[in-house]
Amino acid sequence: MAAERKTKLSKNLLRMKFMQRGLDSETKKQLEEEEKKIISEEHWYLDLPELKEKESFIIEEQSFLLCEDLLYGRMSFRGFNPEVEKLMLQMNAKNKAEEEEEDETVEVDVSDEEMARRYETLVGTIGKKFAKKRDRANYEEDENGNMKPIKMKKMFLKPQD
Amino acid sequence: MRNRKRNWIPEMGTAAPEMAETLPVASESPAGCKARAARNVLGQVVLPGEELLLPEQEETDGVGVAGERPLRLNAGMRSRLRVVCGPGLRRCGDRLLVTKCGRLRHKESGSGSSGGIYWVDSQQKRYVPVKGDHVIGIVTAKSGDIFKVDVGGSEPASLSYLAFEGATKRNRPNVQVGDLIYGQFVVANKDMEPEMVCIDSCGRANGMGVIGQDGLLFKVTLGLIRKLLAPDCEIIQEVGKLYPLEIVFGMNGRIWVKAKTIQQTLILANILEACEHMTTEQRKQIFARLAES
Repeated sequence: MAAERKTKLSKNLLRMKFMQRGLDSETKKQLEEEEKKIISEEHWYLDLPELKEKESFIIEEQSFLLCEDLLYGRMSFRGFNPEVEKLMLQMNAKNKAEEEEEDETVEVDVSDEEMARRYETLVGTIGKKFAKKRDRANYEEDENGNMKPIKMKKMFLKPQD
Repeated sequence: MRNRKRNWIPEMGTAAPEMAETLPVASESPAGCKARAARNVLGQVVLPGEELLLPEQEETDGVGVAGERPLRLNAGMRSRLRVVCGPGLRRCGDRLLVTKCGRLRHKESGSGSSGGIYWVDSQQKRYVPVKGDHVIGIVTAKSGDIFKVDVGGSEPASLSYLAFEGATKRNRPNVQVGDLIYGQFVVANKDMEPEMVCIDSCGRANGMGVIGQDGLLFKVTLGLIRKLLAPDCEIIQEVGKLYPLEIVFGMNGRIWVKAKTIQQTLILANILEACEHMTTEQRKQIFARLAES
């Protein structure tokens, strides 16, 4: 008698991990979709499909600082306030320096190719220093100048449900 | 019941979004007049409610030059430059909507990637706080950890006592009610109370803080401040040759001046107030007369 009657399990129970191991992938997908549907229905959204956020290329700014190159607001003339005069030179020079900086490129001492060559050899030598004993064996195997790729370490594999 | 959220607040000059989308996409605006190209209107007077087309849109509106137009692989997507719309302009779909009357100006940006900035050169006396502006404020109240500073806007701005250079909880700045403060806004929008500070992002004062003793504070229009702070302003250069003096300009229309005697200070204040309405000739005459005496 008990075998005929199936106990009604709750939805939450059925969603638990141990109950889903027996299910096949299709029913699993269905359950996932239902969950997503529930979550997405609860989210608020604007009900104006035409007004989707297009990447607008117009930016609104309310500040005049971007429009016009304005000088610094504090000014002093003929030595009335020496600190302010120093500030004036500093701040107004900063504005001009910002404009000029964009054109300059940073000068390099070492060329890019040289840098790449050095770095290539460096990685191998320093890598050897920090490799464990087992890995050092891998390094030495192929001594034609190419480093043999390190074998996959045997790690604990979690059993798939 | 569907969860709906309306994210649109009615503002001057903008139609309801649904209305704008259902109208046929043409160069005719709902008002019935043709929208002009922004490029052609530079330097001319524009009125609120006008719509301006940006350069990329003019290409598609011009019909009949089919032979000269270069073939594009994907006709739908055009490479768009980033355009900044400044004070006096609003974004309205793909176009710019004018909200203040004045002359339209344009400036090409230094880096070629963005298409430059458009703005309207208008005149007004009432200041609206804008983030990043340096202003002169008057301390009106001291309450707990903040000062209330009157900047000429709709609300007094708040200034924390820690926002001064070298200020700590134990070492409070010496600020009294009635003092003049030169600072900049860090928060300034229409939804919140404006907040200002007297240090920059690195923590240095850079000339901000309490403005010294004596001197005279007076109010002028906002357009005059911008004119006086322009890099090639003759007025300031001529004024600087008269006698030793100190001036502080606040973007909220307030100017503070100080000279050695009261009479010199008053002369300076009168010149700056009057120079807005004088022609170059009249100004040179006045300076010549002053230089003699």
